[in-house]
Formats: sequence, C-alpha cells, structure tokens
Amino acid sequence: MKHMDALSPLMQVRHLSCAYGTRTVVRDISFDLWPGEVLAIVGESGSGKSTLLNAVAARHTPLSGQVAFALKDTELQDIYAMTEAQRRMLSRTDWGFVHQNAADGLRMNVSAGANVAERLMALGQRHYGALRAQATDWLQRVEISPSRIDDRPDTFSGGMRQRLQIARNLITQPRLVFMDEPTSGLDVSVQARLLDMLRMLTRQMGLAAIIVTHDLAVARLLAQRMLVMQGGMAVETGLTDQVLDDPQHPYTQLLVSSVLQP
Amino acid sequence: MQPTEVQIQPVGVLRDPHINFAYLDERTKRMIRRAILKAVAIPGYQVPFGSREMPLPYGWGTGGIQVTASVIGPQDVLKVIDQGSDDTVNAVNIRRFFQRTTGVQVSTDTLAASIIQTRHRIPETPLREGQIVVYQVPVPEPMQHLEPREFETRKLHALQEYGLMHVNLFEDLAHYGHIATTYDYPVLVNGRYIMSPSPIPKFDNPKMHMNPALQLFGAGREKRIYAVPPYTPVESLGFEDHPFEVQRWDHACELCGSRESFLDEVLMDDQGGRMFACSDSDYCGKRQAASLAASSDSGHGVASV
Repeated sequence: MKHMDALSPLMQVRHLSCAYGTRTVVRDISFDLWPGEVLAIVGESGSGKSTLLNAVAARHTPLSGQVAFALKDTELQDIYAMTEAQRRMLSRTDWGFVHQNAADGLRMNVSAGANVAERLMALGQRHYGALRAQATDWLQRVEISPSRIDDRPDTFSGGMRQRLQIARNLITQPRLVFMDEPTSGLDVSVQARLLDMLRMLTRQMGLAAIIVTHDLAVARLLAQRMLVMQGGMAVETGLTDQVLDDPQHPYTQLLVSSVLQP
Repeated sequence: MQPTEVQIQPVGVLRDPHINFAYLDERTKRMIRRAILKAVAIPGYQVPFGSREMPLPYGWGTGGIQVTASVIGPQDVLKVIDQGSDDTVNAVNIRRFFQRTTGVQVSTDTLAASIIQTRHRIPETPLREGQIVVYQVPVPEPMQHLEPREFETRKLHALQEYGLMHVNLFEDLAHYGHIATTYDYPVLVNGRYIMSPSPIPKFDNPKMHMNPALQLFGAGREKRIYAVPPYTPVESLGFEDHPFEVQRWDHACELCGSRESFLDEVLMDDQGGRMFACSDSDYCGKRQAASLAASSDSGHGVASV
C-alpha cells in the first residue's frame, strides 16, 4: 500500500442532495471517508440514510453534489462522471454492497459456491478448480461449512445468507463496502456473531465501510466515525464514542436516550 | 412481385396465386431484411424486429419462417429439417407452406439446397459458400435463466459483462462433475457477443465455427433476429480445466454404420429393444445408398452394416 493512501481520503462526498420527484430526501451532505475507516450513518426511518448510501454507491443518481472515489493508484475521481462501464466495473471489484435482505444480494437459485465465485468469473477467471478453492476458502472465513458449498442459499438460515452475501462481496478484496442494515432482521445471538465477524474482516483486510443502521449498538461496535441524519440533513458528525457519550444536537440526545437498556 | 404462373411441384403442392410471394407483404420483407443486414454486420447481436403473426403457432418456427420468407427467391432450392429429419411434421408443414406460397423447388439433399431451414440440428454434410442456414429459435437470450430482466441483459451484452454465463456452467460442474448442458450450449461469436445457438445439440456447435455458409437465426415470439456471417469464429464456452466437449456414442448408426454423426436412440418394441440411428436422414440415406451401390458392384448384393 502506498504511503499516499494514509494522506488522501478514499471517498469524498461534497454537497450531495437527492430527490424523488419534487421531494428532497437528502440535503447538502458532505463527508470524507479514509482508507480502512468504518463510518456509520444513523437516524430514524425515513431520514434519508439508505438514499444517501445508494447515492454514494452509484446506485441512485443524485440531484446535485459530487461523489469522488480514489481508484487504485489514482487521484479522486467523480464517480458520476465515469462511464457506466467503469462504474459497474468499480462496483464489482473495488466495492461491495451488502443488502439488508440477503435475497436481494444473492442469486437464490444457484449454489453457494457459484454465488461466491461469480465476481471472479466476471473478472475473467476460468479455472474451475481454482474458483472452487477460493470459494471454499471464503465460505470458511465467514464460518459456513464447506460441505454446504453446493447447496442453494434458499436452504440457508437468515444469518448464513447474510454471511454468504458478505463472502460474495469480499472475494475480490474490495477496498470499500457499503452495508444497508446488515444485521437487522437477525436474532441477537446471530447478530453478535455477524458483528464479530465483520469487525474481524474489516480489520484484517483494512477495509473501509459505510454502514447504514438504526441500531446505535452496531454503530458503537463497528464504526470509528458516525453521521447522524434527521430529515435528510446531517445534524451531527464525529467520532462514534464522542457522539454517543456526549451528544450535542437535541435529536442525537433524543436518539441516544431512546436506547433501551436490558 | 406478381405471382405469374402456377407451377406443379413433384410432390403435388400447387403455388397459390392469391398469396403474395413467400406469404409476407413486400414492406414486411424489407423490414426483416434490414434487421438481417444489421445482424450480419454485428455478428451475434440480437436485432429486434417487428415479428408478424404467421399462419402457424408460436413455437413452430415462426421466426425462422419469417427469415426464410425474407431471403427466399424464385430460384432458390429449399430444404427444411426438424431434428435432422426431412419428414417430421414440423418440417413437412413448413416445406409445404413455402411450396404453396413461393412455388420454389424443394429438396432433401443438403448439397442441392440453397436455403436450409432447421430446427434442432445442423446437417452432417459440410455446408458450402452461398448457402443460407435459417435456425428457428425459441429463446434468443442466453442469460435469460439467470437474469430475467431484459433491460439488464441488454446492458450486460453492451458492456460485455459475461460472468453470468460461467455461473451456469459452474453450477453444472458443482452438481454433476461435468458440464451437463447438452443443447443450446452458449457460444461466443467473433470474440464479442455471447449467443444462444438455438436448441441444437452441442455436438453441432463446432460446425458453426468458420462455417462457409451464412447462418441466420429468427425468434418469432421474442421478436429477435441474429446472425453468424460466413467464416466467423464461434467459440463454445468452457473452463480451462473443464473444456468444451461434444457428445460421443459407444454405438455406430445401425442403418449406415456411421460413427461420426449425431445418433438418435429409437425404442423398437415393448421389450426395451432399442436402436441407434443417425438423426440426419439425408446423410444416413446417402451413406446407405452408397454402400448398397458399392456392395452390388463387388457382387455381394447385400448391404453390410
């Protein structure tokens, strides 16, 4: 890794606004994401978190503003100025996208092995033995037994599907992963295991991530930095511990005090 | 073109003077020819066209019939095969349709024909320059099973994102240990477009490669035409460690003795008796005739199989 990486951001978002028709749902949001950093976007339902995530992941064209990403060994580049071919290439090599509902991110009618190896085949790998070996390795890394490699994801539990989706995304060694509520819909013990695994993988691979969540505990566990959204605006940003322990904005204070303690 | 005279064909089908030459009206034929020209210019690319209602149901080869109707002229000699055979219901009906609407000469001889419309096979006899093979295509989109959204598959073609095709083959290997796709086996045309070769057996795939004949594909229900021009490279997909292979049989054809042709397994009785015979009836018949002639020349009088 070049030294430059530590000095320039991996992604730079400037004055981003998004709208559905005439309704603006994301207003003037700017942030930097540094290599290896995990950023959590928190806020209530309808606050624009997912729209923001889709806009920075090149999945929803914004109304105005800029999203720039540093491709390997290059300067920051505006992703919406790239050709569609470049953008799609980027999304399946340097990026990953983990959906809330695993069925959206997986091919439910092909085996787990093919799901994991698909990105490699898209990149032109044509050796079945090698593809299978890599798929097996990644299944193990996300704690799925290699004996399930030929089973279809619709025979998997919710937690396994989510882990399979993560393996499918990480096999190309991306530098940035977008996650939309990766743990909601899972029961607490499965959530804990998934969070552990995510934390380990992001550390091991030096992976940067943007995680959308409404669960402050998830943010505390995974993210170094946090962006709190309300009504489409970023009302507070800062280090996770700082925001959670000493919230400044009234909405953040409300959010933090609303967490139930068991 | 005005129909002028009623020709009597050897099999007794009359040219119907009340129907325009080759059934379609001239504007439609021109529209289809434009689509064909574009398809030839971009080998393997699926060109949309305004498919017409035909007097045969979808699934009977309406796409192929429209393509043939647009390229056929009064001087052409037409051969129609279905599963390699000239005398199956589909072949007989399409042949009679063109006899009634064009009055052209028909033949079962692969070499004599200038246009060969086919379903499920490519003739065993090597084709020559100047011939046109018209394939009837049910599903033109090779990625449809894995990506049902058509706007998405078009984008995948445009950007040459063909990882999906290998997902299919990967699945076969994972479940069967070998590539179990035996027909409609996907090909890469001219190093650019992935194409469905229509439901021909993969045995026939190598015949498409650098073939001297023009190969046209028509899908009537899906409204697509695509083409492989003469002498175009056509590569069947595979993995480095599991390359493309064609089927082989332990048997020879019991009628003509061929070991090189595509064999049909035919049930003979209720006791499980079966026989292997060439699916290409013209090829098989000619070989039988040749061996009969050879053995009567040498004085034995009986064809040995």
